[in-house]
Amino acid sequence: MTDSPSSGDEASQGNPAVRHKRAAGPSGRISSGFARYVLKHAGGAAVSLLLVLFSSFFIFRLVGGDPIDQLTSERPVSPEQRAAMRAELGLDKPMWNQFTDYITGTLTGDLGESFQYRRPILELMLERLPATLLLSGTGMVLAVALGFWIGARSGWKPGSRFDRTQVGTSLLLYSTPTFWLGMIIILVFARYLRLFPVNGMRSSSTPPELWPQALDIAHHLVLPVLTYTAVVYAGYLLVMRSSILDEVGADYLTTARAKGLRDDDVRRKHAVPNALLPSVTLVFLALGNVVNGSIVTEAVFSWPGLGSMFVHAIFYPDRPVLQALFVLFSASTIIAVFCAEILYWFIDPRIRRSS
Amino acid sequence: MSTDAKTLSPRAVTWARRRQATRRAWDAYRVQRSGMVGLVLLGAIVLLAIAAPLLVSPADLSVTQATGGRMDPPSAGFPLGTDTNGRSVLALVLWGSRLSLVIGLTATVVAIVIGTLLGLTSGYYGGWYGWFTLRFSDWFMVLPSLVVAIALLAVMGRSVVTTIVVIAIVSWSGTTRLVRAQTLTVKSRPYLERARALGAGDWHQMTKHLLPNVLPLVLASATLLVPSAILMESTLAWLGLGDPTVISWGSILNEASNQGAVSARAWWYLLPPGLAILLVVLSFMMCGRALEAVFNPRLRGESS
Repeated sequence: MTDSPSSGDEASQGNPAVRHKRAAGPSGRISSGFARYVLKHAGGAAVSLLLVLFSSFFIFRLVGGDPIDQLTSERPVSPEQRAAMRAELGLDKPMWNQFTDYITGTLTGDLGESFQYRRPILELMLERLPATLLLSGTGMVLAVALGFWIGARSGWKPGSRFDRTQVGTSLLLYSTPTFWLGMIIILVFARYLRLFPVNGMRSSSTPPELWPQALDIAHHLVLPVLTYTAVVYAGYLLVMRSSILDEVGADYLTTARAKGLRDDDVRRKHAVPNALLPSVTLVFLALGNVVNGSIVTEAVFSWPGLGSMFVHAIFYPDRPVLQALFVLFSASTIIAVFCAEILYWFIDPRIRRSS
Repeated sequence: MSTDAKTLSPRAVTWARRRQATRRAWDAYRVQRSGMVGLVLLGAIVLLAIAAPLLVSPADLSVTQATGGRMDPPSAGFPLGTDTNGRSVLALVLWGSRLSLVIGLTATVVAIVIGTLLGLTSGYYGGWYGWFTLRFSDWFMVLPSLVVAIALLAVMGRSVVTTIVVIAIVSWSGTTRLVRAQTLTVKSRPYLERARALGAGDWHQMTKHLLPNVLPLVLASATLLVPSAILMESTLAWLGLGDPTVISWGSILNEASNQGAVSARAWWYLLPPGLAILLVVLSFMMCGRALEAVFNPRLRGESS
């Protein structure tokens, strides 16, 4: 966040409303600049994605050793059986051919087959994606809303009692190991108070109709979302708080007060919109976490998503699944960062002026 | 200072200046209450970790020589109860502090050294080398660190050394960016031009002028890297990716999860290791934030 513009010097440029109007600008001149800007960043993202693909092959095939050894470590196998397995998994080909097969396969959507389930990995991923999106999507929306709301109030009156308790609490939760918080939440809410289910996403006893099913999933969702939100919201709080702090002394706020606006309105209608830029960028940067940020939470609650699939694959060991999820998780953050850069074009006029 | 310069050697002047700068930094640090609280807590924890061999005997940690029952609640003999093997949870947690601290600190030092070296040379030499190191660290920074750490540990095998290496690999990139930016700022100042005009070589400029200017910032960011390294270590150990032969807070909790301590409602088994992690991480965070406020004036007065 160090090179994100501090909104403090923007404020001195004048009325924020005027700034927004200028941002709309004449569209003809912008579009060629925009195309160049998008191309430049898309190129960077594509190179990053390719690097991830190469390094995944390097990590899992070259550093990781022979997959047959790992698959057969538990039972004795004859050399003929080993050769047959090798041929079946395509491991008898030269390393270079395996590499090109892997790259072209991944680029065309063929991620290989899981050792554990003997099914195409893409199918397994698509089955598990909704559970992950439900958990981390809900958690993220709550964390952003909570973090922004508390952060704005906290930064508005720095050093106040509210500010000190809120920053203290968020630092405390930020320092808490996610897995331990999850275990304690299960202990308290599921074991002692018996308010929520211990783990999983559905109970087998629920009738198969739509509403009972939806309620059952919501019931299972509460504790994982609570855990996820508690650990994540502090980041949003602190960023929002410091952006508001940059605005607090600005002249346009004095003007707004001089017009006779109530303090709450000055904050909501004038300070917060200007402080949103770094915070919204953070949200976009974190969008990748919707896919890969809930690994630990899923593992604690045995939530049937991509994260627990990843953790289970470590111990099988199901190398193709690990490899595919490694690529997916890394790709999701790279794409999220790319989206944040594109968004920047629209919300930060200075980028447009410089290109 | 100018009168000193006449009577003292240049080296003595430099040291006098550094001592003065340190004292100023300490004065700015001392007034921050949370920073001092963090420092005192940290001192106490480090003392306990160093003294652990005096308080805990090897027999307390041995599975075969355990005297307690399976997950006994706290009693006079076992102030924090026992684990699944009948060992004292208090002894385990005291002993676990050593590994968690050692891994957290070592991984941070390795990461900081890599990051500072790359950042300093990248900013100093610039050119295609500078461009390449910047892009490379950017790429690393974007990758999700837990995912990379899990993938690397899964293929490299589980030991204390691999854990340290993996944590260092996922945490060096931020320091590189920070050091590079600071190097670029310092490099453009007139006194470096003066040093060059007097014939200072690359090595002299980097070690005598750039490094001392970069180090305070590095120190502050290192203090904030330690807590994330400790959290990462405990998460990896809890997932079962830690060294199976040693005791750390994460591995205690891994055992507790596997043996059903949550369904047995063994709160005495679950609370202490987690609270220990929380306490250490929080103390480092408080110290780090206070240090950051000392060395980064923009933040001063803002941190609580």
